[in-house]
Amino acid sequence: MSSKRIDNFGKINRDKIISFSWEKKNYFGYEGDTLASALLANNIKIVGRSFKYHRPRGIMSCGVEESGALVTIGSFEKRDPNVRATSQELYQGLEASGQNAFPNVNFDFGEINNYLSRFFAAGFYYKTFMGLPPFEWGSGTSIWMFFEKIIRKAAGMGKLSRLADPDSYEHAHDFCDILIVGSGPAGIAAAKEAADKKLDVILVEQDSLLGGDQIAEKEFDTNKTLDELKNLGVRVMNRTTAFGLYDNCVIGLIERITDHIYYDKKEIPRQRFWTIRAKHIIVGSGSLERHIAFNNNDIPGVMTVNAAKHYLNRYGVLTGKDIVIATNNDSVYNTADLLSQAGANVIILDSRKEIKLDNFNNNIQVKFETVPYSINGSRKIKSIDIADAKHQPYTKIDSISCDQVLISGGWSPAVHLLSHRGVKAKWNAENLCFLPGDTKENITMVGSARGIWNKSDCIKSGIAGALDAMNHMGLSKTNYFFPKEGGWSNPIQPLYEVKYNKSRSKSFVDYQHDVTADDVRLAHREGFISVEHLKRYTTLGMANDQGKMGNIIGLSLMADLLDKDIPEVGTTVFRPPYTPISIGALAGRNVGKHFRPLRVTPMHQWNLDNGAIMIDVGLYQRPWYFPKNNETLSEAYIRETTTVRKSVGVCDVTSLGKIAIQGPDATEFINRVYSNAFAKLPIGKTRYGIMLRDDGIVMDDGTSWRLSENEYLMTTSTAQAGKVMSWLEELLQTRWTDLKVNVTSVSEQWAAAAISGPRSREVIKNCLENPSLIENSNLPFMGFISANLKDGTPCRIVRISFSGELGYEIYIGSDYANSMMDLIWKEVQNYHGCLYGLEALGALRVEKGHVTGAELDGRVTIDDAGLGKMASTKKSYIGSAMRSRGTLIANKDREQLVGFFPVDKKETFDAGTIVCEKNNIKGSGIGRITSVTHSPELDHWIGIGFVQGGKEKWNNKTLIGSDPVRNKQMELEVVSPHMIDPEGKRMHA
Amino acid sequence: MIRIKCPYCGERDHSEFTYGGDASIKYPSLDASESEWTDAIFFRKNIKGFQKETWHHLNGCRMWLEVERSTITHEIKSVKPCHPDLQKLMELKK
Ligand SMILES: [Zn+2]
Repeated sequence: MSSKRIDNFGKINRDKIISFSWEKKNYFGYEGDTLASALLANNIKIVGRSFKYHRPRGIMSCGVEESGALVTIGSFEKRDPNVRATSQELYQGLEASGQNAFPNVNFDFGEINNYLSRFFAAGFYYKTFMGLPPFEWGSGTSIWMFFEKIIRKAAGMGKLSRLADPDSYEHAHDFCDILIVGSGPAGIAAAKEAADKKLDVILVEQDSLLGGDQIAEKEFDTNKTLDELKNLGVRVMNRTTAFGLYDNCVIGLIERITDHIYYDKKEIPRQRFWTIRAKHIIVGSGSLERHIAFNNNDIPGVMTVNAAKHYLNRYGVLTGKDIVIATNNDSVYNTADLLSQAGANVIILDSRKEIKLDNFNNNIQVKFETVPYSINGSRKIKSIDIADAKHQPYTKIDSISCDQVLISGGWSPAVHLLSHRGVKAKWNAENLCFLPGDTKENITMVGSARGIWNKSDCIKSGIAGALDAMNHMGLSKTNYFFPKEGGWSNPIQPLYEVKYNKSRSKSFVDYQHDVTADDVRLAHREGFISVEHLKRYTTLGMANDQGKMGNIIGLSLMADLLDKDIPEVGTTVFRPPYTPISIGALAGRNVGKHFRPLRVTPMHQWNLDNGAIMIDVGLYQRPWYFPKNNETLSEAYIRETTTVRKSVGVCDVTSLGKIAIQGPDATEFINRVYSNAFAKLPIGKTRYGIMLRDDGIVMDDGTSWRLSENEYLMTTSTAQAGKVMSWLEELLQTRWTDLKVNVTSVSEQWAAAAISGPRSREVIKNCLENPSLIENSNLPFMGFISANLKDGTPCRIVRISFSGELGYEIYIGSDYANSMMDLIWKEVQNYHGCLYGLEALGALRVEKGHVTGAELDGRVTIDDAGLGKMASTKKSYIGSAMRSRGTLIANKDREQLVGFFPVDKKETFDAGTIVCEKNNIKGSGIGRITSVTHSPELDHWIGIGFVQGGKEKWNNKTLIGSDPVRNKQMELEVVSPHMIDPEGKRMHA
Repeated sequence: MIRIKCPYCGERDHSEFTYGGDASIKYPSLDASESEWTDAIFFRKNIKGFQKETWHHLNGCRMWLEVERSTITHEIKSVKPCHPDLQKLMELKK
């Protein structure tokens, strides 16, 4: 046994035993364990396989920077890959297994990659898949495609379950005065200081317990600290990661609610995604211990020094028996003492010449000016070769038997959150680390996150941070100072790589992506010398730890190669998230039916009760068709279309946008907005209008009714309702501020039904209190009236037609929609009429050549749409100067709206078909079909769309419709878009 | 996240607003020439630093606002209603 649980150490609850499974075998741990500590207590050394080479990997840290122990938790739909065993709390029944290995992590066929490693050097994927030397022979061949699949499969981490995530997630929002990230000595001091001044403080800690590094101190009592903070009114959020910092002190948090317990219900969310808006942010995110690159520095049993301390003092696990510690700084000596007290044999290799330390146990052997050279062993550590720090090139001078190698190559402040704000970190040559840069924002860095290593100074910095925050918030003008960074008794000495002198070395810089020191040198030789290029070419720092451990080693190697200092080489920018966050948490409750809001009309239930099949139109659900006796969609819409043309039909058209335009300048306003004349529209009349954008392209079409001298009701298309409303507000508030006009959206206030067909007048007559109001003389085409339904409900009836038949739309207060529909439907049935949906509505309008959003797609001018006669020449309006600008009219062959018939009348086609000239079927052709339908009246398929030169150019000529997606071609005839009743006799009847 | 202090509603997330455009543009009269309109709608300065821009408080009071914002840091110097009468009204409210 080399790692084991020992008595008298640790803070786990030994009264509560927890069983869990690893690779399908059962083990035991205690309450308070992480998966990693429980695995170590059971002496399980190999827990993963590396990314490219499939080398055995063990547990290398005790926190979020973990690179070795990435495991899969759970099974089936609950499977969660790439979980860091070091931050996964143990719970009863936890199932965990290794990943990136076949058949398992102990014996993995993929390990062959380790022996083929010269092929897998920097830029491997790029060179391979681009077919560059030495892989140029294979590029594009089928056997290469086959290998590509295998190579892609062999690389990578855990696998997703591919089943829908069964857990629920939620989003939450909050505010506070000061939000503090990290509950180390600095964070706690800041929280107490601020809460003491009665400020609203949130303290965020990613761990389950408060304390940060202090948890590994025997005397530290995390529960007592929690009580103190709560008594002061601090809102403590543990198991919560601050993953991203944004403008204006907005911070993103992920709270893990059920990841530490077995929970298979949905009532409690698994994770909660918080957006917190604070007045000030204090970041005490701590620092991360670096490793050192030397040969075989990844063999299971290698770990950071501080991790060993935490395993011992928090979890009661002694991680090795014969331990060699390699360092260049003072931080390891206390841990060495502890490990020795716990019964380990400890030898320290310190690269420095000599140091002075108080209270250090002199029984521990320290080899000064000595560095780690190479680890011997493959599945576990057998011994370590050491080298003389003074003699370069390094050579082996001795070998020490051991079962564990602990490394400390210095400490890197976790400046990630500040980096999210675009603040560049500054290199500090004294402490060999990047320190947080300066910011003008309300963000204060405290503790070891600002490079302060002593606990007492960290506490001082926390208090200073709270005072700094209060000064920023204008609550005080206190003098304060931050302790200087650093704080070790002896200076740290640079030591990033101990270069191995033989070829085929494996000195890892980035464990997670298997990037070695040689890869960095290769990238340099191949010209990738900027850090950003280095990162992308070698994938250094691109794994899910984002270079938490390896980045600085990579930078130092590049600096060496370029003969520059680290600050000149620079550092890459950290972006959110600090640690990976689940997609489910980002989605929150916006899944399934709640993916987006649903809009329904007031007669939604009425439509459903009467057999409607619904279709999504933007956010709206509208009736699609009303099948009778198991009709299919096409059977239903053809029957509905035929019924409307022969008799009468009724359709819910509530979703149209409706805008009330009121004020003494309403007429002037509406006349400027529409391209056609509106100034002389009489009261009681309605007019079809087209509005253009500033650049002369069509924005939307609709009708406007003049209700009184200074009052209009404008209707818009369903899709553009919101946009038109914003546009009118913009014009009134920013451009024409002298116009006295008010616009109000009344879309929700009015329900509307279209009644179309030769019998529509009779139907409405039977629905009215005063039937004579609907007579042709009283309500001619494009007129509207106010009337009462039979039951006395007031409504407005407008005589317009989208179908080409005699037609009306009835508008009524939304609350009366259902009773109106009951009344109309009863009358419609008396004339053997029908309910019709969007499919029939579309068929009717295509037959008439009316354009909708499919045609008015933001590229079409009013002339392209064949509506040029609606562009007034007598007035100026929005878009009038630009609609005939040179660049638009220079091209005489612009695509024009036309109708399409198949030459063979039995042929069908689909929207999206590309229109081409015969013998020139390629690219985007000379036009496109935008809307199609089967026309019951013509008894064949018809379409509308656009073709260069329009109908005039292609009259009596055959074009080809090409539909490469559906692998179809057909001959087309170009016709007028107005395919039925072009003179409009029916609607004027 | 950009937070905008709407003079009517108070400080709100940018997700409540939609971005309009360059607030310094003086749109020509409707009968102005094609070249004047071309200048107004197609030619934009790509400002590095503070620029005046319009934002619409779409999911709030629906006021169009003139916001002076740094394109580098998102720092906002001032927010006021675009409409001069609303500006006066908001001044009175203070
Ligand atoms: Zn507002």
